[in-house]
Amino acid sequence: MKRRDRNIGANPPSGLALSPVPPVTNAARRILAAAFAVLIFLGAANTSEEKHLSIYSSVATYTLSVTDRAGREYVGLLEVLEPLGRISARVDGPHWKMRFNTTDCDFVTGRTHAKVRGRDVDLGAPFFIENSRGMVALSSLSTLLPRFLGNPVNFHESARRLFIGNAATQVSTQLDSSNPPRLVLNFSAPVNPTISTEPGKLRMVFTREPLVPPSSATSFDNSTITQASFSESNGVADLTVTASVPLMATFSNNGRTITVAAIASGTPATATQTAPETGSGVGTTTGTTTRTTPSGTETPVPSGTPSSPPPVPVHRLLAIVDPAHGGSERGAALTDSLAEKSVTLGFARLLRHELERQGFAVLLLREGDDTLTLDQRAGSTNAAHGAIYICLHAASEGSGARVYTALLPVAGQDRGPFHAWNVAQAGALPVSQSASAAIVGEMQKHQLSARGYSASLRPLNNLLMPALAVELAPGPNGVADLPSANYQQKAAAAIADGIASMRDRLGAGIVGGGQP
Amino acid sequence: MIPRHLMLAVAALLVLVLAMGIYLGQMRRRAMEAQRFSDDARPVAPPASGPTETVTLYVADDALGGLRPKSAQIPLPGGRQQRAEELLRALLRIYQQPGAPHPLAPSGDIRSIFLVDPGAAVIDLNGAFADQHRSSILGEQLTVNSLVQTLAANVPGINRVKILVDGNTRETLAGHADLSEFFDVSNVGQTLTQSRQ
Repeated sequence: MKRRDRNIGANPPSGLALSPVPPVTNAARRILAAAFAVLIFLGAANTSEEKHLSIYSSVATYTLSVTDRAGREYVGLLEVLEPLGRISARVDGPHWKMRFNTTDCDFVTGRTHAKVRGRDVDLGAPFFIENSRGMVALSSLSTLLPRFLGNPVNFHESARRLFIGNAATQVSTQLDSSNPPRLVLNFSAPVNPTISTEPGKLRMVFTREPLVPPSSATSFDNSTITQASFSESNGVADLTVTASVPLMATFSNNGRTITVAAIASGTPATATQTAPETGSGVGTTTGTTTRTTPSGTETPVPSGTPSSPPPVPVHRLLAIVDPAHGGSERGAALTDSLAEKSVTLGFARLLRHELERQGFAVLLLREGDDTLTLDQRAGSTNAAHGAIYICLHAASEGSGARVYTALLPVAGQDRGPFHAWNVAQAGALPVSQSASAAIVGEMQKHQLSARGYSASLRPLNNLLMPALAVELAPGPNGVADLPSANYQQKAAAAIADGIASMRDRLGAGIVGGGQP
Repeated sequence: MIPRHLMLAVAALLVLVLAMGIYLGQMRRRAMEAQRFSDDARPVAPPASGPTETVTLYVADDALGGLRPKSAQIPLPGGRQQRAEELLRALLRIYQQPGAPHPLAPSGDIRSIFLVDPGAAVIDLNGAFADQHRSSILGEQLTVNSLVQTLAANVPGINRVKILVDGNTRETLAGHADLSEFFDVSNVGQTLTQSRQ
């Protein structure tokens, strides 16, 4: 029998002979230190901007995080398809089997091909599974999605913007050379961009709108407003108007028209800040800019003074999102075929995106169809030291949404430094109630009927941080609205807006919470 | 000539079919019996007798999303525990009527109520009450609030209430409302005040 030498550490690839390791010299140390510094710098550069994919369809508009692997960009296929139809997936060894509506498919870890409806599809890069999520290369979406959706897709891959079917908002520009000159932008659907300014420029960022421009840049034969240029990157579209004077934007025609005009001399270029508008949930204001409201009335957005840089958050608050029920615990039977656990998971994924857009780090307590006990949910949440916990439920009765805070039971006894488990929420309850009121207020702004309640609902009373539950009830179309991505997104945006408005109070009570 | 082993196999199969038929008949009879009992809306306890009294029942209303106080004249026996049981049965009858503002299963019932000094009440519901309850946070919480508030408002001295199902602690009523702890009557009362605001 052959004797094998055992190596401690990594085994060399077969076919390579081991050679004696040379002593590390000072020069080698310096090279290693330099390489390490470069790696750290690259790492910091990578984390400075998270990559996003925006998907626009007639059913929903949503944004997903993009992961880099082996020099390629990947996205979770379940997350891509989830808002667009009924989906289920399971991991079976190296196989990831998924069913979308009536389409079955089979992906295998490490393979560059998958079976969709029994047919071979080229993925362009190896498939892999991460935390039960099937990850596909971004470049494969234009091939994969039409197989599932039956609709053509238009993928602007370099900008990570994906248009499904006829989802597109067109814009036309018209320059009125009167004094002062005005640039009228007509959109085929209402828009609500975030507007920012810098000297000689007015920039509109479209995060939710499937804006498709006629060309990349339009130059005008005018000495005041000289150019309107369009660009798109990282899931957002950007329209910049260049001028030699300060500019002002006004909305009209229910958000379908934006008029950019030069500010007449003598007009003070002061900033105004308006409240977030229905269903938007986009962006924040920067410097002398303002969030705008595409309403019937005209809302001026002055510019022209140098804008200060946006505030850099010291740390991101951690929000814990808990899709209630799961696994063997189906929750309420919303219809004969629709279980509460399925609605809550899809709703939670949308809420995660909305909270991430608001600058929160988000922990989802379950990513798939997993069974978690109430004690496990409470334990994981308390251990995470988050800023807020949001549990999501769904019901087939009533309408709109209901927001719950803990109805505390008769208190158990504190044992030394340990709080009674059944009333651990007591200290955080006032903030929970304020957060509940903020969410109810935002929902009403988003035209969702909502009301706050107290309920004896675990694990709310076991949590040390502000905690609440949201129960999504049917919308105007009845129970059919519950699994609808549009309806869920409206509610998710309202929840995220409500929580974001509480950011200061949520951050104040954290001990070791938040994300660096 | 039919081979002997084939005849034996056919005979065995016939016996098996006959046995399965008898077994199926028995199963069907048992299922029908169980169904008859679960559909039986007759009260478990004899109707209470005694002088009628005016009580305040806190009736859950799904459309309102809260409780409505409602005066009712019901016969109440002398014993404190029996009074409590009759109170909740009167409340339950409202929920079991057609067109009730907060419908509950007709076979749901209060098995018994135990009053334990100082200040504790234990309501024991039958299995059908919980098993056939609609599953939602609001629906379940309204039921709990209605039982607790009605009991506390009409039986002096109760400050905490525990709900059992078939004599056992149950985690939730129908998937949401937590039944594992004692309800604090003052906290439940505060939610009633909040819902009126």
